[in-house]
Order: sequence, then C-alpha cells, then structure tokens
Amino acid sequence: MKRLFLLLFVAWLAAPVAGHAQSPEALKALTELSIDDADKREAAVQALGNTRDPKWLEFLGALRDGNVYARGQGTAAEVVVGGAKSTKGDQDVIEVVTAYDRKPLGTVPVSSLTEIAADRRLRIAIKPFLDADETRGQLANPDAETRRGAAMKLGHQAAASAAPVVEAAIAKETNPHVRHALEEALALIRLANGDAAVRTLAAQSLGGLHSFDALSALQKLAADPAASRAERDTATAAIRQIERWGLLVRTVETVFQGASLASILLLMSVGLAVVFGLMGVINMAHGELMALGAYSTFVVQNLFRARWPEWFDAYFVVALPVSFIVAAVVGVVLERGVIRRLYGRPLETLLLTWGASLIIQQGLRLWFGAANVDVSSPRWLSGGFALMTGLTLPFNRLFIIALAAVSVLGMYGLLFRTDRGLTIRAVTQNRAMSACLGVRAGVVDALTFGLGAGLAGLAGCALTQIGNVGPSLGQNYIVDSFMVVVTGGVGKLAGAILASAGLGLLNKGIEPALGAVFAKVAILVAVILFLQRRPAGLFATRGRGAEA
Amino acid sequence: MRKPDSIALIVMGVVLVVVLPALNMLPPSSPLHVSNFTLNLFGKFLTYAILALGLDLLWGYTGVLSLGHGVFFGLGAYAMGMHLMLEIGTQSVYQNALPDFMVWNQVKTLPLFWWPFRSGIFTIVAIVAVPALVGLAFGFLAFRSRIRGVYFSIITQALALSAWLVFNRNEMNLGGTNGLADFKTIFGFKLNQASTQRGLYVSTALALVAAFLLCRWITRTRAGKVLVAIRDSETRVLFSGYAPANYKLFVFVVSAGLAGVAGALYAPQVGIITPAKMGVLPSIEMVVWVAAGGRGTLVGAVLGAFGVNWMQSWLTTSYPDLWLLFLGVLFMSVVLFFPDGVVGAAARATAHCSALLRRTVTPMPAPMESARPTRLP
Amino acid sequence: MLAYTRRDFLKGTLATSAGLAAGLSLPAILTAQGKEPVKIGVLHSLSGTMAISEVSLRDVVLMAVDEVNAKGGVMGRKIQPVVVDPASNWDLFAEKAKQLLLQDKVAVVFGCWTSVSRKSVLPVFENNNGLLFYPVQYEGEECSKNVFYTGATPNQQLIPGAEYLMSKEGGAYKKFYLLGTDYVFPRTANKILRAFLVAKGVPKENIEEEYTPFSHQDYQTIVGKIKRFAGGGGACVLSTINGDSNVPFYKEFANQGLRSENAPIMAYSVAEDELRGMDTSALVGHLAAWNYFQSVESPANTKFVKAFKEYAKKNNLPGGDKRVTDDPMEAAYFGVHIWKQAVEKAKSFEVDAVRKAVYGQTFAAPVGTIKMHEVNHHTYRPVLIGEILKNGQFKIISRTKGNVEPEPWSKYTSPDKGCDWVKHQGTYQKKA
Repeated sequence: MKRLFLLLFVAWLAAPVAGHAQSPEALKALTELSIDDADKREAAVQALGNTRDPKWLEFLGALRDGNVYARGQGTAAEVVVGGAKSTKGDQDVIEVVTAYDRKPLGTVPVSSLTEIAADRRLRIAIKPFLDADETRGQLANPDAETRRGAAMKLGHQAAASAAPVVEAAIAKETNPHVRHALEEALALIRLANGDAAVRTLAAQSLGGLHSFDALSALQKLAADPAASRAERDTATAAIRQIERWGLLVRTVETVFQGASLASILLLMSVGLAVVFGLMGVINMAHGELMALGAYSTFVVQNLFRARWPEWFDAYFVVALPVSFIVAAVVGVVLERGVIRRLYGRPLETLLLTWGASLIIQQGLRLWFGAANVDVSSPRWLSGGFALMTGLTLPFNRLFIIALAAVSVLGMYGLLFRTDRGLTIRAVTQNRAMSACLGVRAGVVDALTFGLGAGLAGLAGCALTQIGNVGPSLGQNYIVDSFMVVVTGGVGKLAGAILASAGLGLLNKGIEPALGAVFAKVAILVAVILFLQRRPAGLFATRGRGAEA
Repeated sequence: MRKPDSIALIVMGVVLVVVLPALNMLPPSSPLHVSNFTLNLFGKFLTYAILALGLDLLWGYTGVLSLGHGVFFGLGAYAMGMHLMLEIGTQSVYQNALPDFMVWNQVKTLPLFWWPFRSGIFTIVAIVAVPALVGLAFGFLAFRSRIRGVYFSIITQALALSAWLVFNRNEMNLGGTNGLADFKTIFGFKLNQASTQRGLYVSTALALVAAFLLCRWITRTRAGKVLVAIRDSETRVLFSGYAPANYKLFVFVVSAGLAGVAGALYAPQVGIITPAKMGVLPSIEMVVWVAAGGRGTLVGAVLGAFGVNWMQSWLTTSYPDLWLLFLGVLFMSVVLFFPDGVVGAAARATAHCSALLRRTVTPMPAPMESARPTRLP
Repeated sequence: MLAYTRRDFLKGTLATSAGLAAGLSLPAILTAQGKEPVKIGVLHSLSGTMAISEVSLRDVVLMAVDEVNAKGGVMGRKIQPVVVDPASNWDLFAEKAKQLLLQDKVAVVFGCWTSVSRKSVLPVFENNNGLLFYPVQYEGEECSKNVFYTGATPNQQLIPGAEYLMSKEGGAYKKFYLLGTDYVFPRTANKILRAFLVAKGVPKENIEEEYTPFSHQDYQTIVGKIKRFAGGGGACVLSTINGDSNVPFYKEFANQGLRSENAPIMAYSVAEDELRGMDTSALVGHLAAWNYFQSVESPANTKFVKAFKEYAKKNNLPGGDKRVTDDPMEAAYFGVHIWKQAVEKAKSFEVDAVRKAVYGQTFAAPVGTIKMHEVNHHTYRPVLIGEILKNGQFKIISRTKGNVEPEPWSKYTSPDKGCDWVKHQGTYQKKA
C-alpha cells in the first residue's frame, strides 16, 4: 500500500494536477461520507473517484484500509485521515491529517473519532479506481517483475483507455521480457478494441509473440461469424503458430523438469551409493542426515538474520559447507560409535540405522519443534530465467542441477584422482587384502561414511530451496534414493548418474499422462522389470567380488 | 526342541487361548478380571505375532529380508474389511447398500471386484489366497532373476511404497486414505459386543497356535533344513543341486499367507484398515519386532511382536514426547548387544547362570558374529 | 540347535506374560467422588507426520485447561488432562481412544485432526458413549451423536472463499483450478465447490480438478498445467493442498512466473501455524479462508494470543513466544470452555447430560461470540478471508457480518439431507 501511495505521489508531482484541487462536488461528497447511509457513501466514493485526482485516490486508499475517521458529530463533522497510533498516559491517541492535502491536525484521542468503516460494498466501489491507477503506476516500477505483472494485467483487462499508457511504456522499456509483455498487452488491447484492420494486425503480431494469453481471444475471433474471412484466417494462423510454439515449450519444459528431478535424485543418492558400495551398509538414516543438513541451513540463516542482516543473501553460501560438515561429523560419530561393529551384516545395519534415524528425527522434533521451520531463499535463488516465451527456468532448480554436477565431479575426482580415493576403491574391492597391504581400513570406513553423510547434508541444504524443512524431511525421499542406487548398481558412481537421469526423465515424461501416483508406480514396475534383465543393476560388480 | 520346552509352549498356548478369555468373563469387580480393553489389545498383538512368525520364517530361517510385509498384511485385512463393509448393508450413514465411501464417491453400482466378497466362504479363502498370489507373482519375478540380499529388501520396500500410493487413490474404490471402517457385524455377530470380541480373540489365539505349529513343522522338515542352508550359503546350496529360488518362493508365499491371516483378524478387532498400515514404515516396524524378539527362533518372533507393541502402547501413554527415542535406543541396542534378540540373550543368560550354579566350567556361548543367529553343525 | 536349554527362560516368560495380563487388568481406582480431579483425554499426534499440526492443538488445550483450573476448575473439581500420543497411526488412534474411555474413564476427549483419525475413533466413541470435541475444519457429511465439531463445515469456509473470488471486489475470477492432496477432505471439498461453481453458471471447461499424493514434493508438472490454464487471465486456484506440500507448491508457482495479482491461490488448509514453517516470500498476496485469524482485532483475541505466547514461553515449548495462533487452535481452545460451561449447566459430567447442555451454548471466543448449534453438533462461526503477509500473518480483507450457520450436509451436494439430534436421530431425510 505504501508503495502505491508513493507512486501516486510521484505521479501527482510529475503531472500537473488535473485542474481544480478541491472542487465543490468533491467537498460535498466528503461531508456526505460522514453520514451513516450506505447509498450516500457509495455515491460519495464514486464522485471522489471520478475526479481521478491522485490525492483523492490516495484518500480512497486510506478509506479502504480503515484509516478515515469523522471528527465531531452530525453535519458539523469533519472527515480526517488517521496516521500512527500511540498510547499517551492511559488513552490511545492518533495523529490525524486533513483529507485532501494532508495538513497535520495534531494528535487527538482515538475515542474522539468515529471510524468511517469501509464495508464490503464501499470497498467494491473503491477498488476499480485504485486498481486502474495502481496497475498503470506499476508500469513505472523499478522492479522488472512488477512491470511485467502490470503489463499482463492490462493485457487481460484489455481496456481501450490503457493503450496510450502501454505505448508510452514500450517506448521507454529496456528490459526485453517486460517489453515483450507490453507488446503482448498492446496487441491484446487492440485485438479487443480495434476495427477489422487493426484486429488483423494485432492477431498477426500475437501469433508472432507466441502469446498464450491470447489463445482464448483468438479462438473466439476465429469462430466469430461477424468477422471477415481475412480476419478469421489470420486468427487461425496465429493460433496454429502459438500452439506449435506451445508444443516446443512443453517438450523443453518436460526435459528440464526431468533433469531437475534427476539432479535431486542424484544429489541424494550419491552419498548413499558410496556408503552402500563401500561398506554394504544400508543407511536408513540417510534421510535424517539430509534433515540435519537442512536444519543446519536453518540455523545459519537465523544467525545471519540476527547478526549480519546486510549479508543475508550470502547465508546460503556459508550454509552449504556448514551443512556438509555437520552431517559428516554426525556420520563419523555414527560409524565409529556403532556401525563399525556390524560390518558384513548388511541387514542388521539396516535396523541399526533405522533406530538411529528414529532418534535423530525425534531429537530434531524436540529441539526445533514438530512444526516445519522456515528457510528463506536468498534473492539470487528466487525467480527464474526466462529461457523462451512461456518458459521460465527457476533459479533454484538450475542451482541444484549445478550443485549435483559439481558434487559428482568432486566425488569422481576424489575417488579416481587421489591416493585416498585409491585406498577407498581398494577397500571396496577387497577389504581383507587391502588391510594386509597396510591400508587402515577403519580410517577409510570412517572417512567414507563421513563423506557419504556429508553429501546427504549437502543434499538437505539444497532441498531447503525447493521444499519443506521438518523433522520427517528425509522420509519423503529415502525410498526414491534407494531405487536409484539399486537401479544403478551398488556403489557405482556412473550407475547412480545414469539411473537418476533415467528415472527422473521417465517420471516426468509419463507424469502428465498418468498423474503423479501412477507415474511413481509405473517407475517401480519398470525398475522391477529392469532388474529382471540385470539383477545387480546397470553396473554390476563382476567376477569374484560379486559374491562377496 | 526338548520335552520341557514343549510343555512350556503348551502352557503358554493354554493361557492365551483359555485362561485369558476365561478371566475376561469374570465380573469386573474380581481382582483377576481381564478387561475387554486389555483382551482386545492382546488380540491385536496376537495378530501381529502371527505375521511375525511368517516374517521370521522368511528372514530368520531363510535369510530373505522383506521390507514389504505390510502389503500382505494389508491385503488380508482389506479382503476381510471388504466383506465386513458389505455386511453393514443399509445400517450405514447414507442408509445405502453400498459402502459409505462409494456413495460419497458417487459410485452408483458395486464394482465388479467387490462382488465375490459378499460370500463369507470366498472371503475366508481370499484372506489367504490374495496375499499368497501377490506374493507368488512378486516372488517369482524377484527370485527367478536372482534378486537377492539388500536388492530384494529394497525392491520389497518399493512394493510397500507403491501399494500405499495405489491404495490411497480414491479411484481404486477401496476407500482411499480413510480405508475401510465403521464395521458393524462379522458373520452376523455384532462387533460392539464383548462376546464377539472375545470370540475374535480366541480365534486369533487359535490361529496363532496353528501358525506356530505350521512354522515349527516346516522348520523341522527336510525343506526347513534347506532353508537354513540357503541362509548360510545360497551358492553352496545351488551347487549342491537344489534350486534355492523355489524354496525361497515357497517360504515367501507361506509368510505372505500368514500375514494375510493376521491382517484379516486384525481388521475386525481394531475396526479400521487404512493404506497407512501397508506403507514403508509399518513394514519396517514388523521386521523390528522379529529382530527384537530373536530371529531364527519362532518363540522370539511371537515375543518380539508382543513385547514391542505392548511397549509402544505403554510408552505412548506414559512418555508421549520421548517414546520414539526409547524405541530408537531399544532397536540400536538390540542390534548391537543382543543380535539374536531377547530370546537369545535370555537363553545365553540362563545358560551362564546355570553354569555358575553348577560351578562347572562351561564356556559361554560365543556372541554371534554374523547375520546368522544359529548355524547348522 | 543350540546346546543350552530354553526351559528356564520359557518358564520366566510365561510368568511375566501372565503377570502382565493381570497387572493391566487392575480396575482403575476411580470411585472417589467430590474433589477428586476430573480426567479429560487429549488425543493428538505428538510424533509422526501429523505432529507438525497437532502438537499446537495439544498445547492450546492444555493452556485452556490451566485457565479453567486457575479459576477453580469445573464444578469445584480440577481438570486432570491425560495426554496420549497416537503417533499419526490410525489404528493407534482407535486403541488410545478405547484406552481413554475404558481405562482412564475420561469425561471428554479433545482430539484428532485428519478425517481418517476421526473415522477410526468414531465407532469407539459411539459404542462406548464417549464425547469428542473435534477442532478442525472438515468435509462434513457426518453427524455423530458423540462428537462436537468446533471446526468449519464446508459452507463455512469453502463456499465463502470461492464466492469472494467470484465477486467484483475479489477480482471477478472466471476459471477455477481445484487442486488438492488426495484424501477425503479435498475430494469432498472439490465435489462441493464444483457443484457450487456449476450452480453459479461457471462452464465445466473452466473448472479443472487435480490431486497429488500425500507429501508430494515436485510440483513442476502441475504448475506448468496451471500456467497454461491461466493463459488468458481470469483464473484462480482453490487449493486444499495439505501442509507438507504447500511450500514446494508455492515456491514453484512463484518461480515459474505466476503472480498473485494475476492468478491468486485461495488456500483452505494453510493457517498461521503452517506459515510459521514456510518461507512466506513466495506466498505473499495469496489468500486463505478461515473462521479465525491471529490478526483479528478484539480484546478477547489480544488476550488469547498473549496468553498463548506466555504459556509457550513459560513451558519452554519450542518456538517460545514466537508461537502463533490459528483457526484450529482457536476451535480447540473454545471447545474446552464450551465443555466446561455445558458441564456446569448440566451439573453433571455424564455424557448425555453434557451433550444436551452443549446445544445452543455460547462463548466469547477470540474471534467474537460463537455459538454451538441447537441441534446439529456443529458451531456457528464467522467466515474471514485473509491475505498472506510477509510476516506470516493474514490481513483480513473480508468478514461476514455475523456467524454463519453450519451445514454438515452441503445444500449443493446433499440437498435432501439434514442433521438433527433433537427432533430426529441424527441424519434425516428432508421432506421435498
């Protein structure tokens, strides 16, 4: 609301005020407002609104928000606008200003005023006056998204009177996306209001702009018997153009959605796959380690909010390593404390880690409360990148794709390009032999488990940007990650990548047709059938190691 | 098993089947009276014990860990529930012969797959047959292609997830999330009467005894020995000329059938069956009962199911905020310190004590070092 | 087989199991009269998936109990709450309800959130003639003698929300995307909404309906669909998405470029307590319909909000004085007071007497004076539409003049049915 006032104020400064400031009609209307008669009040609002004077519009805004009061009684009452409330002594007082030019009238007790309540009927009367100005005013807003939103709204309303405003805005606009929206709005307005020639041109340009918003209007035109043949043909051609574009958009969209889902699956299952492959540990607490990562992000965010609010947007950069470390430390403790006693008994580690997951879950619930906690997206992760007309790629999803890629590359580098990686692979292949050759298997175990847990923490941190943060966060994802691991082949990095890509794309490919539930079920059936061909996943361990 | 053990088992069976219901029939003022609530609660635990027996046969004896047994339990319960729903007839809220949720879903005629459940006999067959057939199909696919170990566990987990998702759908005409509830009668007996509940309890206890005897018989046959051999080394069994897949499939089907029976007895005693019972978490919990009680011993499975659930009942009332922590710690310590469950630990303790009493030097049984609680010589 | 015997062990087991059975059966000592505290049950999940919503209800019920006890209790007897945790497990709900009624012999139970939990305890309450106060808005089509519904019926929430969006003031929307989680409340809600919209002349092709499973996280596909549906403007979303899935949904909605000005979401299941755990930036400007908001301006509400924050702080509840109040919490809160008043009117804790005393009972609730219905076990409440603000609160943009009468049977879907426990036996057929 404040912004609106500011805008109106700016507009009022910029343009010479339309004639006489306080016309007698307006003043008469003002006094009528104080009378408790719904009809008169509505008429008064109409009169004030019709002046199109920004100051009166501002007044109407105050009226809608319940900040207008009558001072005094009966016909002698004066209509004033209230400001900040405070308490002086034992009574509530309020600053008041005059209705039109906001001259301060001092502070008076609230009890001396009668609120002119804007009931539903009054608000309905006020809204169009404010809206028209609000939307048009928004065309000059410094925020591009707001401008684009306003342009879309004007296009939907398609009021003839808005055309010059939009034209002017096009001339000034530098942002291509907003410009596109403005052009679309202009064409929509012309389509709705112009004569036959203008309409044909507008239809053509809408087709060129790939305007989804215009589809219903164009369809109407194409079926309109009153329109000329040329017009109808142009409209039909434009529709075809838009629909072809739509098909393209939908294809790209599905691929992107699949890639996004795949990156999430990958991020979650990389850690799981490594731990699974190296130690044969089915880590049921993997989901809870993700939750730990997410809660670490939450804590870091709160710290920034309290200590360094000006650096708030940077919190996420700090949260990434912190969540990795927190989860990794818990992972190492878990491994050293309990899991190492159970190597070679995969089914029992499953129970053990399930017990651990219960404890972590309930611990989080007791510490942070059962309700979800709020993790804000930094500004650079909100919104999206407009790839093409009708398709916006959200930044948070792009970020997760990048993060997944980096994590996998990092893992690859670590496993295949460092000495430590060599020992990890050695222990994976043959624990006893490695130990004989002097590899300290225990240290390798702890490090690997820590690494897997840390990756889970990282995934949890990334997930805060698209989902909830709550104690049972992990449960939503755990089965999906297991499916990826099984399909890919236990402990195989390449398998995890291929499997998550395959499952992600397949899921998103069939979801529009089958719906979310049956898409998931179909995936399961596909995995079972796939395992018929390859019972140990895509990349099975071959040779002697296979039976170990 | 030796004779005294059998006597102990018989006494236990008699207590469950005869003594408890008899005590329930005493007047409430009597100090020995067992309340309807307690009997009903025990009835529920006994159904879990039936399921645990089957699971133990599969996991404890054959070494195949299923994380999807909630599905078979649910199938049995749904089969029974469908019959009970149809028995309600027009006493329902909507006073329509169709189950309430169908009226609500604007289903006008009874879907075809509901028709046979009008018959009580069909229902009783279906209770075992439906889970067993699903188990057969699933197990056939899984074991034929030699999906084993953790792969099998995870696939069964995915089965639980899918079943949960599918049964939650309203389009399935199985009541969606709310499942089947508000049963009025079972084979004509009013469910809200204490005598009916007592009858159900006795049937459950008898079913448990029968299931126990069946499982014991299986483990003592030649096939039972093969099962344990599969657990200990599947490859060796394969090379010895047996087909492990067939044995595993057999056990899987038996345990699915037992789970179905358990579910069918569960539904009328609890009064509701929902997809939540067949999800991932309940299925894991079932495994935990067996683990806590003691794998590879049938008594352990029964005690585990009974004990863990009784504890859950108690903790959720006494320590509502902390019971999950208790549960978590319990499972971790069971796995770490009593890998053969309560029964194993107790047995070891008694052996130790009697050794001390006799003042003879008997070596302590070594703690288990592998997933195999008992090894064949 | 192992070399050692299990005999001794088995004997021990037998002894314990028999003893255990006997121990459980000891009759509860509840014969004392007079100043003995009266027990009430609190049946809300404190763990599992529903804990996120239900823990706050337990807190507010206990606060109300403290209030009553501080003023001398009910008929001179202090209230002693028995809190149990059904752990979001539906069969545990039934078991716990039985335990509360049969073992603890509580006078009344405050509890449940989800429809399925209510359905699972319903037979227990009906068979044992217990009394349940159910504080959450629900799908209606139920009329139990043993339940008082203090939350909204469909006509007290769904229809006013849709009506607002159709009004000139609300934006005169013409296309409606009904999106919900796949369970009974959204299904019924959308059934009623669809009937209502069709009755108001909205063409069928302008109504789209879609469901997602519980805890669905990936809304990419659906938001894409909404975007295409909203092409051309005039479209809004009526959302009955359940708690957990809301954040991913709203975030995806905002990130794909949809804005509340052009396509607002009217939520029926998002209240302040859920907003507490959400990044609200993506939700600002979207709407919700409820019977109470924390931002209601009235002395009673100021007192209520303050009392709750203090209660949370004093008892070291997570969140402390940052805790908020919302509609179901208000309903749970005044439920306790309504029960107390009814007991005092009936001068008895006996269920049937209390039940009759509840009819027509009024209470100065935080939102204003609410009233229990004279015959149908539901509650007269006002309907409010709120706009989500950055701070997780609602700006109230519309409020009905007075209280709206509850209709357990919607007149749009079941015009022939009514609920009346005075002249009829619950659900009855209306004469044509």
